[in-house]
Amino acid sequence: MSDKLRNAYEQLGLPRLIIIVFLLVLFAVAVIMRMDLAILIKDSITRIGMNGILVLAMLPTLACGVGLNFGLPVGVIAGIVGAVTSMNWGLKGFAGFFTAMVIAIPLAVIAGYLYAMLLERVQGQEMMVGTYVGFSVVSGMCMFWLLAPYRNPAMIFALGGKGLRTTITLDRTFGKVLNDFLGFSVFDIYIPTGLLLFMGIFFVLIALFFKSKAGLAMRTVGSNPMYARSSGINVQRMRTMGVILSTVLAAIGILVYSQSYGFVQLYTAPLTAAFPAVASVLIGGASLRKATIGHAIIGTVLFHTLLTIALPVTQTVLQGADISEIARTIMSNGMIIYALTRAERR
Amino acid sequence: MRNGHVLELKGISKGFFGTTVLKGVSLDIRPGEIHALVGENGAGKSTLMNILFGMQVIQDTGGFEGQVVVDGQAVTIDSPRRAMELGIGMVHQEFMLIPGFTVSENIKLNREPTRGNLASRIFGHRLETLDEPLMQADSRMALGKLALSIDEMALVGGMPVGHMQFVEIAREIDKKNVRLLVFDEPTAVLAESEASLLLDAMKRLSSEGIAILFITHRLDEVMEVADNITILRDGEVVSRMPRSEAKLGRIAELMVGRKIERPVLPPRKSEPSDEDMVLRIENFRVDMPGERVRGLDLSVRRGEILGIGGLAGHGKVGIANGVIGLYPSTGRVAKDGSQIPLNDPKQALLSGMAFVSEDRRGVGLLLDESIEMNIILTAMQVQGKFLRPGALQSLRLEDRSAMREHALEVMRDLDIRCTGPTQLVRRLSGGNQQKVCLGRAFTMEPEVLWVSEPTRGIDVGAKQLVLDLLVKFNREHGMTIVMTSSELAELRKICDRIAIVYRGQIAGILPPDAPDVDFGLIMAGKGAALEEVS
Amino acid sequence: MLEKPTAQVKTPAGGSGVGISDILRNWSVPIFFLVISIAGIIAARLDINYLVNEVVGRFGRNAFLVISLIIPVMAGLGLNFGIVVGAMAGQTALVIVTHYQVEGLAGFALAAVISVPIAMLLGLLVGKVLNRAKGREMVTSMIMGYFANGIYQLVFLVLLGTLIPMKDPVLMLGSGIGLRNTIDLIGLSYSLDRAMDWLWNGFVFTSVGAARLGPWRFPLCTLFIIGILCVLTTFITRTKLGQEMRAVGQDMHIAQVAGINVDRTRIIAIMMSTVLAAWGQLIFLQNLGTFNTYSSHEQVGMFSVAAILVGGATTRRATIWNAIVGTLLFHTLFVVSPLAGQRLFGVSQVGEYFRSFLAYGVIAVALALHAWQGRSSKQSK
Repeated sequence: MSDKLRNAYEQLGLPRLIIIVFLLVLFAVAVIMRMDLAILIKDSITRIGMNGILVLAMLPTLACGVGLNFGLPVGVIAGIVGAVTSMNWGLKGFAGFFTAMVIAIPLAVIAGYLYAMLLERVQGQEMMVGTYVGFSVVSGMCMFWLLAPYRNPAMIFALGGKGLRTTITLDRTFGKVLNDFLGFSVFDIYIPTGLLLFMGIFFVLIALFFKSKAGLAMRTVGSNPMYARSSGINVQRMRTMGVILSTVLAAIGILVYSQSYGFVQLYTAPLTAAFPAVASVLIGGASLRKATIGHAIIGTVLFHTLLTIALPVTQTVLQGADISEIARTIMSNGMIIYALTRAERR
Repeated sequence: MRNGHVLELKGISKGFFGTTVLKGVSLDIRPGEIHALVGENGAGKSTLMNILFGMQVIQDTGGFEGQVVVDGQAVTIDSPRRAMELGIGMVHQEFMLIPGFTVSENIKLNREPTRGNLASRIFGHRLETLDEPLMQADSRMALGKLALSIDEMALVGGMPVGHMQFVEIAREIDKKNVRLLVFDEPTAVLAESEASLLLDAMKRLSSEGIAILFITHRLDEVMEVADNITILRDGEVVSRMPRSEAKLGRIAELMVGRKIERPVLPPRKSEPSDEDMVLRIENFRVDMPGERVRGLDLSVRRGEILGIGGLAGHGKVGIANGVIGLYPSTGRVAKDGSQIPLNDPKQALLSGMAFVSEDRRGVGLLLDESIEMNIILTAMQVQGKFLRPGALQSLRLEDRSAMREHALEVMRDLDIRCTGPTQLVRRLSGGNQQKVCLGRAFTMEPEVLWVSEPTRGIDVGAKQLVLDLLVKFNREHGMTIVMTSSELAELRKICDRIAIVYRGQIAGILPPDAPDVDFGLIMAGKGAALEEVS
Repeated sequence: MLEKPTAQVKTPAGGSGVGISDILRNWSVPIFFLVISIAGIIAARLDINYLVNEVVGRFGRNAFLVISLIIPVMAGLGLNFGIVVGAMAGQTALVIVTHYQVEGLAGFALAAVISVPIAMLLGLLVGKVLNRAKGREMVTSMIMGYFANGIYQLVFLVLLGTLIPMKDPVLMLGSGIGLRNTIDLIGLSYSLDRAMDWLWNGFVFTSVGAARLGPWRFPLCTLFIIGILCVLTTFITRTKLGQEMRAVGQDMHIAQVAGINVDRTRIIAIMMSTVLAAWGQLIFLQNLGTFNTYSSHEQVGMFSVAAILVGGATTRRATIWNAIVGTLLFHTLFVVSPLAGQRLFGVSQVGEYFRSFLAYGVIAVALALHAWQGRSSKQSK
């Protein structure tokens, strides 16, 4: 029996145990304080659906050995360009959403390819270079948003403005198209069926991909590049593919996120896009050498449920003091440090 | 100095995990003596040195038996630092030099003379100022003893290798009270002219009363400088003699000689011959660090087991790695008359070859994947086996049941001991890991199998099993096998012919039952002497 | 002359190139940014006196922080983004000094003293973590900065007034829990910058308020302190400790074999850097005269790193001259770019975004270039 317990503990790992306990405590407090559980659960589900694909985007780079993709904003920006362009044409509903995707994906492929070329040349420093490439792309795009030739009045600054607004509402275009698709309620909990379905499709596709010839080759490159080379696998091509795939998923991920959120956020908002995704996949149990679909799912559920319910619960308990942001900072960065300092076995 | 010996080793024995590496080794050195220690790879020289320098690995594996006596007093050397205090210095084979430092900074590394200042009086000696003029003066003096003019202010990075070697030596003799210097294969990386300079320096040092323990493979150098010679084989001292009594051929024979019982191998339908060559390698060069191949020619008969032997560093390991495309190579490799593109593992594998690497954990295995995956992955990636049908080759899905079926078959055939096909390879013993590597190559159904160091680091029983498997592949499946090994004995057990590599080229090809002395001489680069003898 | 009181300082590692091609190669990055700066100055049609005043002021404010990056580079830890942690130590000391209302130069000195043990402790922790992340020090130190920021907020926003008893209606929020968003340092303002002005003014000029040279003002005492720091940093490289750090920085394995305690040396380097960063932040804030409790420290690491990189440093080699030249150039660009943006595009925001693009981009390009060179030199071996 104690062996079984120990086994279960080892499977789970200390960080996850702490987070699960913390989560349970929060729920218990919510019950004691007679908070509306239905709203908490509904918000959690929506948050999970919004963020799932962004977290999923971490897997390809981890699998092919590039490491945590701190350069996620590269893909996020491609997604936003897609969204903004589609809106500029005034497309509504699913047409708008899918047009945004159709524009975003090729952009993400190109950007991802260039980004991969760069990372290939800086092996060993991918995470650091990725972070700052992400930062500079975001700040470079700030100038683009100001000067780009978008003319749709709903999007540009109202007052004699030049340039796009900081946040653009999706109300009249494709806001919540996925969330409301086949949505229904049980026990006062609204289930955003389309959102979950869309996310589910991508998780299944990626899971299948990692069981295909190319996916296995990618995983092999990540776990032992020399074995991969001696198996006739083109290591560089696999790493490039991993980075491109991650970038494309990031682009799709931000579109899903934005339609659910109801707004597109421009300018400096995407700067920190990578951190919640990185933290999620690590909380799910991934390490720099190994990451699975399961890690992405568990991580998304744990981290985003936590973020969703921590704010209202702590606000109720502490009467106003908002420690959820602080808790998020400490937890996600603590998790990243934990992963970076874990000894690598060889 | 009761009996005038700087160092005496008395009855040193040492085992690692039940295998005996050293058996009652004794050795003594007088001041000013150059004592050569010769032996094959794995004869126990490096273990002996680890004991002498109190390396951690010896204590971690249960210490050793016997006594180390310095200046007539028994001592316990439990750390490299202690060895240094006793006046024992080591010239490393790979240089312990910092490229961005000057010669004098390297010579004085962590032994810098310093002067006190205001800050050091408050914050401690670590803030004392370096005494750079003194550092340079000391360095000049040490370099002077070697009769070499190297600018002590020059950066070490970018210096010729020979000079680095001298800087390394200068650092050792700069240490106070140094009485015994160990040279671990110092000439392995040097050109001929540099090597002779080094030998001169050794003589000069010995004339100043410093004892030198000279570990080497190069027997001609031994004959040139050594006063006494100790020959080590399989962890035992097989002979010791003064140089005046030594003969090159005799040393070579003693180094490799041992009784070999060549088992009776199953017969073939037709014996391989020069009429039918499966592989021709011409003017082949491989840029593998430490194992360079320099313009080698070799032909492999169809259906034979060809052994490749030779001492470490001469390039025997580079051949297989170059042919398979893991290290940059030039030249011509043709299989069945058609040329194989070089530097492209995929093409090499597609041409019907497979490779079992000498670096099992680094190249041969995915340690954190299942046995099953390790066995099938290469065949899947190269030949498209174990995939379900699909339109796009690269997106075809794995065929779990075919994978499992094949893995179980291989595990049965090769007798891999494990809990099941999904066990992680990391958890297997060395011998079983090696069988997984063989299974990986076998799954490719190759015509030519390259195997490097197949028995390295596995226990005795498993060694025999691995060799048996290779014979089985050869006899039952008609697989041509090219086996590289540092253990001449195992090559002589199963090979049809044995090619000896010397300085990146084939120095000679011998039958497995050739006399010991022939192998020894060819390995030591004395093939010409052999011809004179015969 | 007085803007650069450090003219005599020469760094031992800087192989002094003589030919023009050597100068171009060693200083190509700063020259590139110099060209951009000059182009920006021309485009913005800036008043030179305004520019010099601004840049000298910003140099005094930032140079100390930038110089605090040199020692970890020497010890092979790369660019220490973790100086953010040191900045927090400095701010903690400032909060204490402000709370007890110690003012003027005495207040500044007291803050400097108080910040030392805090910074040493934090530096020790950062160093220990970085020793467990060898080869990934920079990304780890950056994340350490973010992490520490969370802890900092927890302490000053939540624990202060609850677990940590403190009552101070001026500094604290109305609820009695947590510090206000901005803290006025009126008592400490310019306390260091102007501490030596009496010397200058007494001997040379009679005007009161600041040291002046023609139309330019400069923070005399701060520049003097920066000069001392430069001398000290150079001194460290000439000591036994400095030699050990250089050895560890070049090759940890060889240093270990030579008997140097690698981990300890690395920790000392980080601790020194953290203490210097704490003092650097004090200098920064006394010059500003006010600080944003929860954000003043956030960008310290990034801007300092960008500055030293603009000065031509790499992740493995950084000299005092890189720090000085880099600080001057980076802040020239900082002053120039919004104005140039306004002139060229009619939108000053473009210049502001360009500014942060510049900071991030410089770091990205410098890191990429260096990793690239590191790889190609390894391959050619």
